[in-house]
Amino acid sequence: MVQPILQIENLHKKFKDVEVLKGVDLSLETGDVVSIIGSSGSGKTTLLRCVNMLEEFHQGRILIDGEEIGYSGPRHKARKESEIARQRAMTGMVFQQFNLFPHMTALRNVTLGLTKVKKMPAEEANAIAGKWLARVGMSDRCDHHPGQLSGGQQQRVAIARAVAMNPKVMLFDEVTSALDPELVNEVLNVIKDLANEGMTMLLVTHEMKFAFEVSDRVVFMNQGRIEEEGPPEELFRKPKSQRLAEFLKSSKF
Amino acid sequence: MGYTLNFGAVWRDFDLLLSGLGLGLGLAIVSIFAGCWIGLVAAFAMNSKHVLWRRVASCYVTAIRNTPLLVLILFSFFVLPRLGIRLGKVESFTVTLSIYAGAYLTEVFRGALLALPRGLREAGLAIGLTEWQAKIWITIPIMLRNAFPALGNNFISLFKDTSLAAAIAVPELTFYARQINVNTFRVIETWLVASLMYVAACYLIAAGLRFFERRLAISR
Repeated sequence: MVQPILQIENLHKKFKDVEVLKGVDLSLETGDVVSIIGSSGSGKTTLLRCVNMLEEFHQGRILIDGEEIGYSGPRHKARKESEIARQRAMTGMVFQQFNLFPHMTALRNVTLGLTKVKKMPAEEANAIAGKWLARVGMSDRCDHHPGQLSGGQQQRVAIARAVAMNPKVMLFDEVTSALDPELVNEVLNVIKDLANEGMTMLLVTHEMKFAFEVSDRVVFMNQGRIEEEGPPEELFRKPKSQRLAEFLKSSKF
Repeated sequence: MGYTLNFGAVWRDFDLLLSGLGLGLGLAIVSIFAGCWIGLVAAFAMNSKHVLWRRVASCYVTAIRNTPLLVLILFSFFVLPRLGIRLGKVESFTVTLSIYAGAYLTEVFRGALLALPRGLREAGLAIGLTEWQAKIWITIPIMLRNAFPALGNNFISLFKDTSLAAAIAVPELTFYARQINVNTFRVIETWLVASLMYVAACYLIAAGLRFFERRLAISR
């Protein structure tokens, strides 16, 4: 059996007394593209943030390429901060609000991680950043600051920033939710290209058509649990659970 | 009111007034720099997870902000030597003004830190930066740009506050003005010139600050 690149086992997460993840299991092999759908409050974004250790979790394990992240051992001991920083770089995260560094040019946004985390010399970092910015169609905007870019352009730079670090798994958190409708496709097309090239991806999305087209598997989350999981054709065409059928109906797929 | 204005006596010692103005500016510049460092550390302490850091920082701000600056100046000049800490009057004043500025800047920076979108720090962490690196490359540079107008305001206040150094005979503008006043009895002329010098200096500083503010502004 192939070792999964990302493995989530029995993940539990509480905010104060509210349990938002109630035992989630999910596993991705290299090259898998998995979309998570579900209504707001179902725990999709929290799950993604746990994988990137932006949220603590209280029980369960997450393994990336066989390495347990964030915690170690059966006693769920939190790792040191420097360890966590190193492990975080194994995943790339793209946020709903882009979160580009507003005081830096597009190019510098991408090179920051390369020079400070990967300790690359500036020329090498610039070359890699230039390559990725070209890939997302932003070559002519390298010297622009985020404030001078449209939402779609900002999000494409944010994708370049994440993939330039050469992560093992890319995480996309509702990356088109903050965009004007006419800018959604330029971002989705970039993600599709990357998916077709074999990049491993875990996406939280409200774009059902996109999830249908791009995913190898779709996961439907409901109230902190995975309710249904399967190939997009099955999940979208023949939902097994009542909840998923209702959800698909309400999201007008 | 038989008083004829005669600026001759004041002009004769104008170079003294100018040197006093220069010293005041220098003291304000040193103090705002030192105060920025103090304020930065204290602002992070204020937002820290650890209660002890928060307590220490808020005690510092409370103690300093609620004591009149003149009292602080006299305290460090007259009381500290009794406790075995001996500083010259200029040094004593600079240290006092820095600590005073630090308390105000703590609040300025604390507010600016709270106003930053949480996602910026997270985006930094997500590419693998440590908390320290995220502070140095992302949080602090953006926060300082946002805090710059308030920082400039504080600098102008601080510059005017250097006039209080006259109380411990630091030879700045107010000190010399008082000296000229006593020596020449040209009350109106002396204080008029001194006031105008403060106004002109502050006006120029404000113009300079606005220039930098535009240069530093993050395009949105």
